Amino acid sequence: MSDFDPMRDSTHVRSYRSPSRRALLKAGVAAAATAPFLMRIDEAIAQGITPKRGGTLTSLLTPEPPVLMIGVNAQGPTLTAVSKIFQPLFTYTPTLDFEPVLAKSWTISDDKKVYTFHLQENVKFHDGQPMTADDVIFSAMKFWMTLSLRARIIFARIEKAEAPDPHTVVFTLKEPFAPFLYGFGGTGFMIVPKHLYDVADLRNNPNNAKPVGTGPFKFVEWQRGSFIRLRRNEEYWKPNQPYLDEIVYRIVPDSQSRALALQSGQVQLAGGNDIEPFDLPRFQAQPNLSVTLKGWEYYGPLAWIDINKRVKPLDDARVRRAMSMALDRNFILQKLWFGSGKVATGPLCETTKFYDASVKLPPFDLAAANKLLDEAGHKPDASGVRFTIRHLPLPYGEVWTRLSEYFRASMQKIGINVTMETTDAGSHSARMAKWDYETSINYIYQVGDANIGMEQYFTSENIKNVAFNNVGGYSNPRVDELLAKSRYAIDPVERQKLLSEFQRIAVDDMPYIYLLQMSFPTYYAKRLNNTVTTAMGIADDFDDVFLA
Amino acid sequence: MRSFIRRYPRMVIGASIILAVICLAIAAPILFPFSPWEMRGAPFEPPGSPGFILGSDALGRDIAAGLAHGTWVSLLIGGVSTLASLGIGISLGALAGYVGGRVDDAVMRFAEFFQTIPSFLLAILLVAIFRPSIFSIITAIALVSWPPVARVVRAEFLSLRKREFVQAAEVLGVSHFRIVWQTLLPNALPPVIVLGSLMVANAVLTESALSFLGLGDANWMSWGFLVGSGRSVIRIGWWISVLPGVAIVITVLGLNLLGEGLQTWLNPRLSKRDLP
Repeated sequence: MSDFDPMRDSTHVRSYRSPSRRALLKAGVAAAATAPFLMRIDEAIAQGITPKRGGTLTSLLTPEPPVLMIGVNAQGPTLTAVSKIFQPLFTYTPTLDFEPVLAKSWTISDDKKVYTFHLQENVKFHDGQPMTADDVIFSAMKFWMTLSLRARIIFARIEKAEAPDPHTVVFTLKEPFAPFLYGFGGTGFMIVPKHLYDVADLRNNPNNAKPVGTGPFKFVEWQRGSFIRLRRNEEYWKPNQPYLDEIVYRIVPDSQSRALALQSGQVQLAGGNDIEPFDLPRFQAQPNLSVTLKGWEYYGPLAWIDINKRVKPLDDARVRRAMSMALDRNFILQKLWFGSGKVATGPLCETTKFYDASVKLPPFDLAAANKLLDEAGHKPDASGVRFTIRHLPLPYGEVWTRLSEYFRASMQKIGINVTMETTDAGSHSARMAKWDYETSINYIYQVGDANIGMEQYFTSENIKNVAFNNVGGYSNPRVDELLAKSRYAIDPVERQKLLSEFQRIAVDDMPYIYLLQMSFPTYYAKRLNNTVTTAMGIADDFDDVFLA
Repeated sequence: MRSFIRRYPRMVIGASIILAVICLAIAAPILFPFSPWEMRGAPFEPPGSPGFILGSDALGRDIAAGLAHGTWVSLLIGGVSTLASLGIGISLGALAGYVGGRVDDAVMRFAEFFQTIPSFLLAILLVAIFRPSIFSIITAIALVSWPPVARVVRAEFLSLRKREFVQAAEVLGVSHFRIVWQTLLPNALPPVIVLGSLMVANAVLTESALSFLGLGDANWMSWGFLVGSGRSVIRIGWWISVLPGVAIVITVLGLNLLGEGLQTWLNPRLSKRDLP
């Protein structure tokens, strides 16, 4: 049995649990493919539960995805649906360790330059063609290299990709790159069929309308504005799986109707944007539903206040620290997000690899914040105002507007006047990209490794006119050096040392005011089992999910 | 006085309501000498809690303070935008009605252009284009609400222009400007005054709707903002939305009563019928 169980410390106690895939991992990744499954069923029977076959899972997607194709669109609702159709080489456990999916096992050479993946045999695409090493190489070197900026950055380090036999892939790197494996997991890398996608225009490939993958569910139909229907893949490579017959994603534009559908049991699963944050307390009290905050470990969304460090007096780290000390993060978490998430402690989420728990933010202390601003030479004038800054609220919905109002009211308490400038989503990112802001709010996905998701917000080479980058102009040569070194460091102990120092500097300099480690609640019917078992949450393949 | 009240009860009720609202707006900084955005205590305190007569909102802000300070914003936007649209409407309407011919055609086609687009949608569009601020909201409301004024003024001018006293003035060689300003305008004003009071009500509603949709000026507390911000948490704190909603209803009702009253008072035919 694994030492970590995502359900054990959750708010409710389940009377039984099915053996997780993590048990498999512990039992030996390189073992023959069939043995773990036998063990799995044995173990299940030993515990008196057998996963039940059959049934339709009805869920929600909000908003409706623009397209149902991996790579072409990377928004939450798209990933939730396509993750049932396509599969990665491996997925992530809640502690962000690797858990095999299409790769049975892998080895890394001692010089950390050669990565060899051994693929599951007998895997077929939904059109009957076998999945081979060629498809994996094509997916990496062509499909993802073309469509994903993040994959391009990681895969650009590959010197050569070879397939010595149909079930082995060997990637040789130009130089060691510590987070390389994180390029292959979860929704960031899924295998697409080469025979359907080896065309020039990947985005407009006609096959995008009828996605063909290796996953446990096949695409059946999509009635725009109404529903998306997926049906069980009868030739799935894991025997007797998946357990569900069908998954139907309903598109319901009105939030109150969605909440009602969940409450009445018409829908057995909701997550992401489906339910408004303020409905969390109500559903937590609902007897037929479970609520979990797990399943966001991979994405690791971290909310922060973005500061344009070119603007005086925000260029002064003491001012930024004082601003941080004037914010009560517990209030934000409990009163605005209704407890969904955790307060931030630094630039990394707790679940992100190389997070250092000894790094702490200065505590909430208005008196100390006022003192720090006095010391920095910003004395209040006759009306108690030290200086005025502009603020661009994040136009992603109500809770973000409330957060900006909270920020303004808190700054008022330490004599900083905040003027709000409301925009729509397009102008928001355009203005951030043009550096036309003083303070704003943003949240970033950390995707597992410290050197992948948030690096671009801290290194001076990313001071560009591109949104979701280091638009605030933060530049610290030591940070550049630490992040560059940790990218290439092979030894985890050394990486930890480098990244711990980075985290300490990132708190001292406070280029961003870290606020919350967010997690979006997932709501599901109590009779739905194995709903959230990995760090991918509901964007997982669901081959072990069943309705009891 | 008593007979006046008896004769025009609606106008008196309406005027008293509006007077009370104006008093509240003026008294707001004295009654609540702090920013309505200030978080003064625990969130979601029900009305009647210590420190919060009308309760607190999701951030612990005082609803009573928000209401009082919001009165000022609503009246300011209602008043200024109505004055602006009266300005545009009266000038264009007078021009069209007095000059007539092609100018009349041109002005009326221009007015129709504005009237064919639903005015609230146009207001949303204008505010979104110009970035939401108190100035852009006033401009947008003024721009979408002048055409009825122009039409009313034009109609009055058209009928007045044929009257003998106007023709007499023309024959006597009085300048066009003086004819319009001293002879026609005073006679055309009564229906415009009635229209104006209803336009203030409309402007208050439009501003509330814009703020409700998140297109208000985020630096000014207004009633519409309060209603909108409380909407999502209505299960937890109904008072956040309901109380400002009631304030809007009372104010708009007051303005409508006042408008109707003014109409009976200023229209000689109607007021004669009301005589005992």
